[in-house]
Amino acid sequence: MKKTWKLRVWTVRITLLVALLAWWQIAADSSNTTRFFIGTPLSVAAVVYHWFASGEIYYHLGITLLETVLAFLLGAGLALVIGLWLALSAFWSAVADPFIKAVNTMPRLILAPIFAVWFGLGIWSKVALGITIVFFIVFFNVYQGVREVSPVLLANVRMLGANRMQLVRRVYIPSALSWVFSSLHLSVGMAFVGAVIGEYLGSAAGVGYLILQAESTFDINIVIAGILVLTVFALVLDLAVTLLESSLLRWRADSA
Amino acid sequence: MSSHPAIDLKGITCVFGTPGAGKQAYTAVRDASLTLGDGEFVSIVGPTGCGKSTLLNVAAGLLVPTRGNVSIFGAALAGVNRRAAYMFQVDALLPWLTARQNVSLGLELRGIGKKEAADRSESWLRRVGLASHGEKYPHQLSGGMKKRVALAQVLVIEPQILLMDEPFSALDIQTRQLMENELLEIWSAEKKSILFVTHDLEEAISLSDRVVVLSAGPATHPIAEFSIDLARPRDVTEIIHSERYIELHKLIWNELKEEVRKSYARSMGQAAA
Repeated sequence: MKKTWKLRVWTVRITLLVALLAWWQIAADSSNTTRFFIGTPLSVAAVVYHWFASGEIYYHLGITLLETVLAFLLGAGLALVIGLWLALSAFWSAVADPFIKAVNTMPRLILAPIFAVWFGLGIWSKVALGITIVFFIVFFNVYQGVREVSPVLLANVRMLGANRMQLVRRVYIPSALSWVFSSLHLSVGMAFVGAVIGEYLGSAAGVGYLILQAESTFDINIVIAGILVLTVFALVLDLAVTLLESSLLRWRADSA
Repeated sequence: MSSHPAIDLKGITCVFGTPGAGKQAYTAVRDASLTLGDGEFVSIVGPTGCGKSTLLNVAAGLLVPTRGNVSIFGAALAGVNRRAAYMFQVDALLPWLTARQNVSLGLELRGIGKKEAADRSESWLRRVGLASHGEKYPHQLSGGMKKRVALAQVLVIEPQILLMDEPFSALDIQTRQLMENELLEIWSAEKKSILFVTHDLEEAISLSDRVVVLSAGPATHPIAEFSIDLARPRDVTEIIHSERYIELHKLIWNELKEEVRKSYARSMGQAAA
């Protein structure tokens, strides 16, 4: 019963995909103008094949991955420190509140041109853009994580002999981290978006740069191939996060 | 052995909330005095919400009373009570630590070496019957097992005083009686002083040397106390059938029921208003 259901789902999925590709190819063959705008599935496949066969793509993927990882680590690290500080200090939290709200509301992609001016066309302008996005996701999770610590848990650890620093290290940080880990999909995804958008707005390497280059020569096949590679890459990244998550949150009831 | 009582509460008053700021100040405890002798097992009973936990928090040093003095073995208490361990009513284990790590936490916080901390927590895990469950996280343990870990967690630091706030109220009756017997065994072997808060009179009588009855809140204070002259060692499942137990139960319940009635009437009054 279950097996045939699964089989039917997959059959329909593959049929739909093949139909879509066939319709795309037929539409592209109908006229040269159409082909100019939508490319063809076969040419896209040829571009992707060439990228991997020649190894050309690995350099660009590597750059995009490096930007993503740096943006995530630096943004999350900064957010952890500032989030802990503000969550544990009522005074500074009150002082910072309007600034945090203002910066968080600002559409931060608009900062990309400024970062390009400040940090040049290399990886750091993309990392900076990624940080501004990742920071707020992690910041609010850290803040929540600290605020959500149960008073009984705190009283218990205090009675067991913890001083203020030990409370931070043994209770607040693990609690904040558990919130950060459970939002890993979102924050890593956003670091990736920051990296690609940054590349697209001006760069010298990365998958976003490949798309940018192709667009300026109106080569739609390369643009679509780039999007395809990015999509698959994002899926792989998400899978890696899932694996990381289940090892980091072993103690959670829902991950066991 | 010290000649001073383990805990001496004198004229404790606890007022919550600042009056005048639109809120009404709430006096949880008024002029309450209570002593716990060295090596004694004392239970505090009273109607639900009467401020029993407030007194326990004062003895723990987690709550500074508005008025009154707290001395621990003759010395005035300042800050958290370092000679006491506290077992809470609700689950207070750290969810991200395994049972073993939870037990050794108190030793690590006190700067005790890794090797010694590991040995001592291992021996307590064994004592509460969880030697083979040390690597499990709290969510993988049953309610009774979690209570055992909590018991090991507080006892491993070898406190002289044990403060317990309805520690077994969430357990089913069989598990609860098992835990009560274990607690009595540990208490007589280790000679701790135990202050035990409960709303369950049967539990109070079967465990304690002395039962203190609190008045209904607000402005709770002790209104009566009874010496429990039942022979030890006791088995909590057997003792409730003895004649003396039934006598004591009647005697204390007479005192308690009026307070329970008042407390109930007050809560109904609040609900109606």
